[in-house]
Amino acid sequence: MSVLIFIDQVDGHVKKASLEALTFGADVAAQTGTTAEAVIIGTVNDDLVDLGKYGVKKIHQVSGNGFNQFDSQVYVNAIAQVATATGATVLVFSNNVNGKALAPRLSAKLKAGLVSGAVALPETSNGFIVKKNVFSGKAFANIAVNTAVKIIALSPNAYKTTAIDGKAEVVSFQAEAATPKVKIVSVNKASGEVPLTEAEIVVSAGRGLKGPENWGVVEELAKLLHAATACSRPVADAHWRPHNEHVGQTGIAIAPNLYIAIGISGAIQHLAGVNRSKVIVVINKDPEAPFFKAADYGIVGDAFEVMPKFIAAVKKLKGVA
Amino acid sequence: MKILVCISKTPDTTAKIAFTDNNTKFDTNGVQWIINPYDEWYALVRAIELKEADAATSIHLVTVGGADAEPIIRKALALGGDEAIRVNADSHDSFFIASQIAAIAKDGNYDLVLAGKETIDYNGSSIGGMVAELLDLPFISLATKLDVAGAQATIVREIEGGEETCEAALPLVISCQKGMAEARIPNMRGIMAARTKPLKVVEPVAAESLTSVAGFALPPAKAGVKLVDPENVDELVRLLHEEAKAI
Ligand SMILES: Cc1cc2nc3c(=O)[nH]c(=O)nc-3n(C[C@H](O)[C@H](O)[C@H](O)COP(=O)(O)OP(=O)(O)OC[C@H]3O[C@@H](n4cnc5c(N)ncnc54)[C@H](O)[C@@H]3O)c2cc1C
Repeated sequence: MSVLIFIDQVDGHVKKASLEALTFGADVAAQTGTTAEAVIIGTVNDDLVDLGKYGVKKIHQVSGNGFNQFDSQVYVNAIAQVATATGATVLVFSNNVNGKALAPRLSAKLKAGLVSGAVALPETSNGFIVKKNVFSGKAFANIAVNTAVKIIALSPNAYKTTAIDGKAEVVSFQAEAATPKVKIVSVNKASGEVPLTEAEIVVSAGRGLKGPENWGVVEELAKLLHAATACSRPVADAHWRPHNEHVGQTGIAIAPNLYIAIGISGAIQHLAGVNRSKVIVVINKDPEAPFFKAADYGIVGDAFEVMPKFIAAVKKLKGVA
Repeated sequence: MKILVCISKTPDTTAKIAFTDNNTKFDTNGVQWIINPYDEWYALVRAIELKEADAATSIHLVTVGGADAEPIIRKALALGGDEAIRVNADSHDSFFIASQIAAIAKDGNYDLVLAGKETIDYNGSSIGGMVAELLDLPFISLATKLDVAGAQATIVREIEGGEETCEAALPLVISCQKGMAEARIPNMRGIMAARTKPLKVVEPVAAESLTSVAGFALPPAKAGVKLVDPENVDELVRLLHEEAKAI
């Protein structure tokens, strides 16, 4: 019996979302008296042995021809083989981009109940109940999983990683490769930027900034704080900023440690995507802006005057000239 | 080309989220229902655009829900669906719902099955992937663009930190999000036409439910905002650093 965690990789690196999944999976294993094992597809530059510090004991590495590019059918086939071989009773994914492509497929393949967007360890005193986000962050649901094998897709930034002493044993797993039916023809990545869903800090702005030419202060503050940038829906609709920065009920839902909202009114649909942020700062010239009700800290003021001061103060704190 | 679009009924984005029956049921009192925005704005409108480019295309809609889902199906027909199928069942289990859609999809021999990336109520983002697995078809998730030429589709999908372009032969299952199309509103002609378009009601096929809802909870309320003087932004940075320990 095992808890099997899927380790996602991006360009040869294991990302934070997977470290959270590993920690979570190890804690589920401790809770259910089983061992935490993991599966990774493809090769990585990072030292997999070292991932043992997140509590995983054994990592099954699937590689070779046929596993060089992402294809949900090929990947799920391989993961299912590892799950069977390790007698996995709980499978853990991050509910990130690849997790959303894989976990539902695997759920249907194994007839294993899936909880996606989980935010806490399962409650196992009476059945197997997992708390997840619903109504776009406006509420939680407790979902009972009624199957022998269970799948949990963990919401990014919902579970803290903890590192202990430990090394993982890395074994190669000979999986039968299914024929890929999807061909990737090109990849387009914004290099060097912090991905929005993984960011600890997000600096976001809305229509209050008047036009795309005024985003310099947003980018500067984001850079100083190692933050990702985001925006409200009308800003993306007007093509002031790219679609993938649009947060909210119909955009991306995020849960950073700190969310800084500049010139955003705080409409209910916007709040839905950001209200799981731990600390919210609002800068808005209208004291009646609804966002202040959801904020922890606020400045009622003109963003064009406040932002340069904000940037100067952060520079002072960070000791940057 | 035959396209099947999955349509789900969700509460309006401004709906008050509250629960009844000892926090086990969503309080539908006073709630306005809409087509799940991802299903409507992206999956359905893109299907309509593909039909506009190739008149030989037909668009079928499928929803799994009770009779109270019919107004939103009529709206989807008014936007441009040709006919609709309602599977008469109420379920919150993704696998049960996906099993129903897969059964309809199998019967209809569709070239494309389009779903929204998730519903704005249960946020499962599960239906597309499950349907694909049940039909043993490729699944392309979180697509932001879709073009079809003959039996070949070109799709742009979100990946971690960017996007990738991929190609696959039909049939395919795709989950759709922002970028696919621009939202539309139905016109009078569409609304009139929708009244007489076929809306078939079928009973569900036998399928398991793998999960059930045990209860709901609301997040704790915020303590209230601490306002800082705009002339003293240093104080905000100090608070964020020392009190909130966020920077
Ligand atoms: C079905 C549906 C789904 C939606 N989904 C989303 C979603 O996912 N995400 C989303 O963001 N929105 C969404 N919306 C739109 C949402 O209702 C709001 O219209 C939108 O969030 C407003 O964006 P905004 O705050 O940038 O602009 P506005 O509402 O125009 O607010 C601008 C704010 O900037 C302030 N301001 C102006 N000038 C300054 C200045 N110089 N300094 C400081 N502050 C200033 C103003 O006081 C105001 O509060 C959705 C709407 C619908 C109907």
